[in-house]
Amino acid sequence: MKAKHQRLVLALFALAGVAGAGVLAASALRDEAAYFRTPVEIRDGKASVGEPMRLGGMVAANSIRRQSDGLTINFVATDGKASVPVEFKGIVPDLFAEESGMVADGRLRGDGTFVADRILAKHDERYMPPQMGEMPKNMKAPATT
Amino acid sequence: MHAYANPTRFLAIAKPLTPWLLGVGLLLLLVGGWAGLTQVPGDYKQGETARILYVHVPAAWLGMGGWTALAVAGLVQLVWRHPLSGIAARAIAVPGMLFTALCLATGSIWGRPTWGTWWEWDGRMTSMLVLLFLYAGFIALTNGDEGQRQGGALSRGAAIYAIVGAINIPIINRSVVWWNSLHQGPSITLRGSSIDGALLWPLGLTLLGFSLLFGAMVLMRMRRIIADNRVAARLRRLADDEGI
Repeated sequence: MKAKHQRLVLALFALAGVAGAGVLAASALRDEAAYFRTPVEIRDGKASVGEPMRLGGMVAANSIRRQSDGLTINFVATDGKASVPVEFKGIVPDLFAEESGMVADGRLRGDGTFVADRILAKHDERYMPPQMGEMPKNMKAPATT
Repeated sequence: MHAYANPTRFLAIAKPLTPWLLGVGLLLLLVGGWAGLTQVPGDYKQGETARILYVHVPAAWLGMGGWTALAVAGLVQLVWRHPLSGIAARAIAVPGMLFTALCLATGSIWGRPTWGTWWEWDGRMTSMLVLLFLYAGFIALTNGDEGQRQGGALSRGAAIYAIVGAINIPIINRSVVWWNSLHQGPSITLRGSSIDGALLWPLGLTLLGFSLLFGAMVLMRMRRIIADNRVAARLRRLADDEGI
């Protein structure tokens, strides 16, 4: 075996080792590196009352209610399998809307309501001109090019 | 593979290629930027804000593509000891870091109006920041080292660092799939694009424009390293001739 081939084999072994380590680390981090918890994880008891955490989900349709103080809003966060009622006092980002994604910082109250200190809006990976965005919901997303 | 090991032969191609890459790249950027800012409609949800993607997306891809090229150069250096591989790696590091920083900056500016935050420690943003630090580490490791004025070869440590750092590239790419993240999922995949065609075409122009510009920067920096090497070699010869 020539020295060049020896170095190549050595480098490939090292690369495979590093890739393996990376995959192991990534899978071990799978839960820990999540930026937020989903409603179904809360339903399954993965979050305890009073523990600071982030909740992510879609804002359920027709669920946003504004309280009489004009600042506090209530809505339901859902991931399609479970939902969690959320209460938030403050100003939400412009993109915060029903049937759109959001991430809330806060903690779970004893009655199962998530009390948020801060709300971030999450948007999806689709970008399109406004006319298409106004298409009826039962139509498919615009064809990809 | 060693046909272009001779710097003279490499320069014969690199020299006339540089102004072409620079000129065509700038032209494409100008057209793409003009089209992206004025000719296509705003996004249905984000409005005008989404136009920053014509800079943000190419910057992200080039930041990641830069390290991929750096890792390949590191491997070629380690295994084949090709004389240009170390020079190429040194040349790629700075523009790669520049585009990574541009990606992080535009992402932050974009995040404030859309998500409501300048920065969050989610998987995508954190792994991209790690890439910036990897570039900084590589530059610190190779700048002013022994190889810089003696042919430009990378030390074994720097070459291994470049290869090992590549593990971060698939992590950045998959971060929005593996972990819940604030950053949305991938828009452009092998199966197609969820950016509508009406908004997509300027991205092709700016992507190609930034890529050509990246190539021009790399060639310019490679030529500079080769020139530095020649000066150093000539000075050494002069010193030898004078018997110092």
